[in-house]
Amino acid sequence: MNVTTPIFALPSLVPALPEIVLALGALLMILIGAIKGQSAQTQRVVDSLAIALLLIALVIVIGQDNAKVLTFERAFVSDGFSRFMKVLTLAGSIMAILLAMDFMKRRSIEKFEYPILITLATLGMMMMISANDLIALYIGLELQSLALYVVASIHRDDAKSSEAGLKYFVLGALASGMLLYGASLIYGFTGNINFDAIATVLQGNAATGAVFGLVFLTAGLAFKVSAVPFHMWTPDVYEGAPTPVTAFFAGAPKMAAIALFVRVMMEAFPGIAHQWQQIVAFLAIASMVLGAFAAIGQTNLKRLMAYSSISNMGYALVALAAGNQSGVQGVAVFMATYLMMTAGVFACVLALTNAKGHAESIDDLAGLSKTRPGIAFILAMLMFSLVGIPPLAGFFGKFYAFAAAIEAKLYLLAVIGIVSSVISAFYYLRIVKVMYFDEASVAYGEGDAGVKAVMAVSFAFVFLFAIIAGPVVTMAQAAAKSLF
Amino acid sequence: MLGVFMALDTVLFYVFFEAGLIPMFLIIGIWGGARRIYASFKLFLYTLLGSVLMLLAIMFMYFDAGTTDIVKLLAHKFDPKFQYWLWLAFFASFAVKMPMWPVHTWLPDAHVEAPTAGSVILAAILLKMGGYGFIRFSLPMFPDASVYFAPVVFALSVIAIVYTSLVAMMQEDIKKLIAYSSVAHMGFVTMGIFSGNTQGVQGAVFQMVSHGLVSGALFLCVGVVYDRMHTREISAYGGLVNRMPWYAFVFMVFTMANVGLPGTSGFVGEFLTLLGAFKANTWVAFLATTGVILSACYALWLFARVIFGEIRRPVFETIPDLDRREMAMLAPLVILVIYYGVQPGPILDASAASVDQIVKTYQAAANAMAKTAALVP
Repeated sequence: MNVTTPIFALPSLVPALPEIVLALGALLMILIGAIKGQSAQTQRVVDSLAIALLLIALVIVIGQDNAKVLTFERAFVSDGFSRFMKVLTLAGSIMAILLAMDFMKRRSIEKFEYPILITLATLGMMMMISANDLIALYIGLELQSLALYVVASIHRDDAKSSEAGLKYFVLGALASGMLLYGASLIYGFTGNINFDAIATVLQGNAATGAVFGLVFLTAGLAFKVSAVPFHMWTPDVYEGAPTPVTAFFAGAPKMAAIALFVRVMMEAFPGIAHQWQQIVAFLAIASMVLGAFAAIGQTNLKRLMAYSSISNMGYALVALAAGNQSGVQGVAVFMATYLMMTAGVFACVLALTNAKGHAESIDDLAGLSKTRPGIAFILAMLMFSLVGIPPLAGFFGKFYAFAAAIEAKLYLLAVIGIVSSVISAFYYLRIVKVMYFDEASVAYGEGDAGVKAVMAVSFAFVFLFAIIAGPVVTMAQAAAKSLF
Repeated sequence: MLGVFMALDTVLFYVFFEAGLIPMFLIIGIWGGARRIYASFKLFLYTLLGSVLMLLAIMFMYFDAGTTDIVKLLAHKFDPKFQYWLWLAFFASFAVKMPMWPVHTWLPDAHVEAPTAGSVILAAILLKMGGYGFIRFSLPMFPDASVYFAPVVFALSVIAIVYTSLVAMMQEDIKKLIAYSSVAHMGFVTMGIFSGNTQGVQGAVFQMVSHGLVSGALFLCVGVVYDRMHTREISAYGGLVNRMPWYAFVFMVFTMANVGLPGTSGFVGEFLTLLGAFKANTWVAFLATTGVILSACYALWLFARVIFGEIRRPVFETIPDLDRREMAMLAPLVILVIYYGVQPGPILDASAASVDQIVKTYQAAANAMAKTAALVP
């Protein structure tokens, strides 16, 4: 790469345009909030402004092209892969704000900071996705994490929410520390922070120190994607945080973290793939198996979804462990289906509100097919999709993930994945069973417009995926190609 | 489910193969009997585990052959080393669907708990997917592995035939009895398929058609009395012939077909599969024939206990005979069962060409294997 830009000249800002829009927009929102003070009107203005900003960013990202562009002294990269993952991230964030509007009002914890924090977290995620050196990686990750810590404890009068935030912060800080330590080791042994430059240094038999750095870096990233054995925070934070926040945690940040994971492994360490493939394969197996078994005993829906997301991250890591182009394609397709499925599940949960709150435990869903047949049907289809029954979206996600593993001749990994996917079928089906086979107990509302919109979009995506599978897979393929 | 039998692409085949699961799960779970939830979970998880292994095999075949088109895959020659594994993966899926002993245990549960319509769909369509899969995939795509594993399949089939016939004899629930007899009949099908000659495979195809008609009809018959009396206990019935002569007649025809009486479709299927098995392995045929005798025992005993004898309970005095709707359902089945029993030509002709092709590849593989066996001192 021959960069001729003089040091004093302004770097090209165009590739980072969506990020710049979000950053300026977030500052504008803070100003509005600070001047107008907390009120229902401010809340409305800031909410819609945040959604508008994220939509603008989404349009800009879609408008970019797949060619690889480097800027900011090669610290920031925009290519097909970043474009694909950014679209997913932005979609996740928009859905998180839509899901939160009604919920926050009901609990009277409306704060204009929520959409601002979501916007800032999204900015951090996009930086992560586009990071092309270790410093950009760390800055993006921290911007995201700090916003997330606050969002987790946004319901600050609630002991559980505060506990979730604190727990997330302490463990997250530890993970960031490990990641930073790993990054410094890698810098020390390769003399570079840029991914491409690291890749050229690390070929074949790398120095032990660099491998150590790789291990620490992987541990930090595994924490962010909540892969076993760095998953401890996930169930507690998911359960403690307000539900729309949980929905956000399960969606957008996972997109960014997996995207970062893929980029670091593929761009910085392709030369020592055999080293990290073992680690990733182990993380994948542990996540899939633990996620599948631990979820069986859960009674709380949010905890169950936490374990479900752990095992789903395991499937994504299976595709990553393949370490080839179809692996990256598998990750991209899988993450797209995963995002829509989880958003749909949380939308259903949030729709089922009554005077006491919303459905929290699995038993609360009893007999839903009679009281709310529409929502029950959507939720049942989402569950079948999470099991991976064709022709629903979840099947295609798993299909491409496992196909990549088979192509890379990781048969054992694929078989373990398939078996744990059957085990996890048990608890997904239990939800269907409770809704369809048990007697009704509680009556619920049907959710506000925002929740309904998310539900409709995710249902359409999951149910009709077989029709749009072609274009999505082609896009994922283009995204994957840009890393090779 | 129709898609399963028409798909010419392995992935599409898998999609249809699985998509049938959701409705079955819900049909059994919502409208089933007392232990419906256990039964529906068992059905779902058993079949899912089997079929995901098949999915892995399909992916592997894709990377090996570069296509998922069944026609092209048939032409592709897989390395024998992989054939064994692929065969086993497909076998896991089809054996569960079939169902073969020892993975048949989901079937009696599912049948017993399912509503009548669900039982009929299970017996008439779902069970056929396994047999279809064996003939469509296992035999032509992995001929070497099929030859290699044929003795295992024979053993399992014979165990299925004899063991489940014995189990059927001891059942006190009419539906469970018929479900076990289904497993035994499916044993004939697998035995026929893996005998690898024309008679066997054609017999298996025929047996599947016949079984679809007969056991579907038997489940309908059970449904008829269940609607009236709300019990499936054999001991609760008796003497129905006095009040329901038409019902007794229809039930008799299907019982005879189930036993394999000449003149009914059941006979043709069993005879051809046994003939095929006899050519391939005399002992297998010998043992399987005892199954025919056993099936006569349990089926006739069931018939005697339900239809003949004294009327045990006063409620039976007023039990109505078949009404028009039930007649309209059962009459065509009676006619078909007897028609195919006397005139098996149409089905055999229709399947002859494709069966010949399959048998040819199988025999070629068997000969090749025999040759290599002869070369090794």
